[in-house]
Amino acid sequence: MNLTLKIWRQSDANSKGKLVDYKISGIEGDMSFLEMLDVLNEDLINKGEEPVVFDHDCREGICGACSLQINGEPHGPDRLITTCQLHMRKFNDGDTIYIEPFRAKAFPVVKDLMVDRSSFERIQQAGGYISVNTSGNTQDANAIPIRKEDADEAMDAATCIGCGACVAACKNASAMLFTSAKVSQFALLPQGQVEATERVLAMVNQMDEEGFGNCTNTGACEIECPKGISLENIARMNREYLKASMKG
Amino acid sequence: MSILDSKIPEGPLADKWTNYKNKINLVNPANKRNIDVIVVGTGLAGGSAAATLAELGYNVKTFCYQDSPRRAHSIAAQGGINAAKNYQGDGDSDYRLFYDTVKGGDYRSREANVYRLAEVSGNIIDQCVAQGVPFAREYGGLLDNRSFGGVLVSRTFYAKGQTGQQLLLGAYSAMNRQINRGKIQAFNRHEMLDLVKIDGKARGIIARNLVTGEIERHSAHAVVLASGGYGNVFFLSTNAMGSNVMAAWRAHRRGAFFANPCYTQIHPTCIPVSGDHQSKLTLMSESLRNDGRIWVPKRKEDVEAIREGKLKPTQLSEEERDYYLERRYPAFGNLVPRDVASRAAKERCDAGFGVNKTGEAVYLDFASAIQRYGKEKALTSGIHNPSKEEITKMGEEVIESKYGNLFQMYEKIVDENPYKSPMMIYPAVHYTMGGLWVDYNLQTTIPGCYAAGEANFSDHGANRLGASALMQGLADGYFVLPYTIGDYLSQDIRTGKIPTDTPEFDQAEKEVKDRIEKLMAGSGEHSVDYYHKKLGKIMWNKCGMSRNEKELKEAIEEIAVLREDFWKNVKVPGTINSMNPELEKAGRVADFLELGELFAKDALNRNESCGGHFREESVEQSGEQKGEALRDDKNFKYVAAWEYKGEPKDAQLHKEDLVFENIELKTRSYK
Amino acid sequence: MGGLIKSSIARKVAMALSGLFLVFFLLQHFTINFTSIFSADTFNELSHFMGTNPLVQFVLQPVLIFGVVFHFVMGFVLEIKNKNARAIKYAKYNGGANASWMSRNMIYSGLVILAFLGLHFYDFWVPEIVHKYVEFAPEDPTRYYSELLHKFESPIRTGLYALSFVFLALHLWHGFASSFQSVGFNNKYSIAATKFAKAFAIVIPVGFIIIAIVLHFTH
Repeated sequence: MNLTLKIWRQSDANSKGKLVDYKISGIEGDMSFLEMLDVLNEDLINKGEEPVVFDHDCREGICGACSLQINGEPHGPDRLITTCQLHMRKFNDGDTIYIEPFRAKAFPVVKDLMVDRSSFERIQQAGGYISVNTSGNTQDANAIPIRKEDADEAMDAATCIGCGACVAACKNASAMLFTSAKVSQFALLPQGQVEATERVLAMVNQMDEEGFGNCTNTGACEIECPKGISLENIARMNREYLKASMKG
Repeated sequence: MSILDSKIPEGPLADKWTNYKNKINLVNPANKRNIDVIVVGTGLAGGSAAATLAELGYNVKTFCYQDSPRRAHSIAAQGGINAAKNYQGDGDSDYRLFYDTVKGGDYRSREANVYRLAEVSGNIIDQCVAQGVPFAREYGGLLDNRSFGGVLVSRTFYAKGQTGQQLLLGAYSAMNRQINRGKIQAFNRHEMLDLVKIDGKARGIIARNLVTGEIERHSAHAVVLASGGYGNVFFLSTNAMGSNVMAAWRAHRRGAFFANPCYTQIHPTCIPVSGDHQSKLTLMSESLRNDGRIWVPKRKEDVEAIREGKLKPTQLSEEERDYYLERRYPAFGNLVPRDVASRAAKERCDAGFGVNKTGEAVYLDFASAIQRYGKEKALTSGIHNPSKEEITKMGEEVIESKYGNLFQMYEKIVDENPYKSPMMIYPAVHYTMGGLWVDYNLQTTIPGCYAAGEANFSDHGANRLGASALMQGLADGYFVLPYTIGDYLSQDIRTGKIPTDTPEFDQAEKEVKDRIEKLMAGSGEHSVDYYHKKLGKIMWNKCGMSRNEKELKEAIEEIAVLREDFWKNVKVPGTINSMNPELEKAGRVADFLELGELFAKDALNRNESCGGHFREESVEQSGEQKGEALRDDKNFKYVAAWEYKGEPKDAQLHKEDLVFENIELKTRSYK
Repeated sequence: MGGLIKSSIARKVAMALSGLFLVFFLLQHFTINFTSIFSADTFNELSHFMGTNPLVQFVLQPVLIFGVVFHFVMGFVLEIKNKNARAIKYAKYNGGANASWMSRNMIYSGLVILAFLGLHFYDFWVPEIVHKYVEFAPEDPTRYYSELLHKFESPIRTGLYALSFVFLALHLWHGFASSFQSVGFNNKYSIAATKFAKAFAIVIPVGFIIIAIVLHFTH
């Protein structure tokens, strides 16, 4: 198929960027979206132009590196997948496709379609862990039984790949779904209880400092999340936060 | 006498590690604060090592090319992690895990290392649970296990189909705790371009800031390389796009021996290549073979008709199908180990029975499992005369509950419903058992330079068992390195900070910069991917699932020619002093072009078939095993460690004899 | 006000609680108004009570005004902060693909409601305050119903009122149900609670519209 691509080009964080049009042909439905971009880049290189820079790594939907806003939606029109798992059969011959970086003040553009998501790192560094030493002297793994339902729910929250689609989709660029998934995973497990108060306060505080917007419960994040992380996690975080605030 | 000293402690196998730990030198906490350690790579091995070393008090710097440590490719591991917990009471023990691992590796690994791995495996699970890793549980609240990779016990712990992700997030959270304390400095989007040696010891690295293009010097008292495997030398593999050999190869060029490069694991259940545009391959969990039956049509006419789309696989009757694994290996059937299953698929496809357009695919069929489960479900649901539709529907539900996410992934990629039509699969490069040679301390032949996880060669021999990669990475990082590196660093308590304004750093930086400039100065005929794909083709066709002397010799020649062409004619657009992914790729491919040649040389040298390495010259000539892999313990019971001598083909072989005192060597048989 | 409540979650909870308070007020307001279409006396009686009871006048009324002001000032603060969180806009943003129109346009439905409140204050509250606390006019417990009828004589005003209630419905459709999520209420009762909130979002504004139309034609 033949396509017109409107791709955001920006040479570095401090430059002004703009959308640039590219025509591309010979695209097959079996190609992944990123393989389509590979074809474009090969073309550009052969023409002596600079290829389009975008984040990607595992190309199987788990590392969370790929991060494109495709036709106004993070990871494109398909559901429960990342950009690398999006296939060109979802598009038609003659389509125009807008490809932009994930936009948020807390995700500044590094180059072209690549953004800096280190704000997510800092949120996790603020408290997204259990302070247990790796000495090998912890108690036996089966010493504390955990209800299967709780373990499963913690796992559902923990599947977050940290791609940032929730922020990109949200009209407020809020990072609540991401942060709440991290808070929830630990809040649901007995191991996480000891530091629960400090954790939620520290992580929310960091999230706010990074300049993410506020949550207005539009639910866009849940729809666009490639891992289907539930809004329930945000409610849980709100609860945990209120509880923690009262404790001080 | 070999110059390689594996430094295996004295004493009985089961006491070696304890005795060793009792005797090593320790560093007092105040002194640890004055010692720096660099960790390159932040997957399971690097992440866990960094967290533990920082917790002990060392100042740690981590480096990864990704934008976050959490994106290292360990994250993609699906199946699970082995540990000899014996929670199921099915007779598991440290010894049994040790035995299975050595046997599974076709007796090409070091006994003491593997035993230590089995010994600490239980601790890994304790540690991860304490960190909040949400492993799957039973209704009683205790941890669930499954059996994996054809072993006789259930010792695999798992977190849905995302075990690697959860374990990595666990290690990453431990890292975050240390970053928050200021004990780890994380250099993300940085790539190590060289190792710096001072007085023969590893004392730092040269790294490139991938965002600004700046070349940076970083010094430390020890350097840990946990940079993963080199499967991407094949271009197409299940590795991440960025996975590369650069850190290990740069160390190799500086004097670290590279061991057993030809040991590659080719995983049988991957989604086949769909065309030339393909950038990587996707693995589907091995667990699919528990219920799927693998076949190709018996008759060539049917194959042709299927390829042309005139015939559907479901239209073929049972008699017209060749369930070749069940035919060749009646005892294990579809559950033969990975290397055997992969070679059998290649054999059928080479004979012209591949079922897709490229001729490189076989069927993995769930129809009989769906019928079997459907009937069972009907009975347990109290339906006595179920219709065929009811059975199929119920059977599909059972299959969905077991493999739903894999089936969905397959459908997304291939656009075919695997419940209705058999899946197509083909083997793909997945893991490399070879790597930097290390002694019992995980130290390479360069003092102060350590290698952990897939980057070293130590534990899996010639073939890795399923769910053992995660175990090894975490064992190395959490429980082995922190001890062994302390023993080494105890000599460094008076050294003080290593300065970076020394001639050694000057020299290394200059070499790095010259190399980058040379990469940029190519005539601009072909892109980096062009060379990478060509290299991949050579590797796959001549150093792939089965190898022979003639083709290996050709490969060595062809790779050398390709490498020369690459350095002359490669095209790297953009500039040095800015974010430039093509430049990054070029540096990585340049190293693959050297490693590939050594790989072929090693494969040529090892004229035996063992584990993932199959030499056509070394097969059983007669009897029940006729045509199967033939190991040659008399001549090849050694680790081949290669010393860099200028050109890969001039590398010098050093042999480390493998001594088996606790295990009797046997022929693997799956008939 | 945004500065007083510093964290994003605290703001969100404050928004939800003030909203819930206004929802409660709305229900009370609706109940009284609803009496007007079948009993002028009941309406007068209730209105007189509300208009003269010191607790209502000097405690609840200021609280209500504070609630209204707080809700919209905080709404503006949040809107500005949220706009700033994405400094560069998307060239193409397909918001409709993943979120309802109502949830994405609370600021606009809110602004319409605010404009309506202006009209409403001008129509009722200002004359009422002037009547009671500026002119100190003598209290007539039966004046309320006739004043009410008088206001709905104009078809334009009735139309404006009806239109405003449509926007109120849109605002409530997202806002009411969403406030549960904000205060951390998301469990097995959530589906029922959401259904109730959505029903409320339709029934109450439609009720107000019916009242307006009935009063308009009651002459």
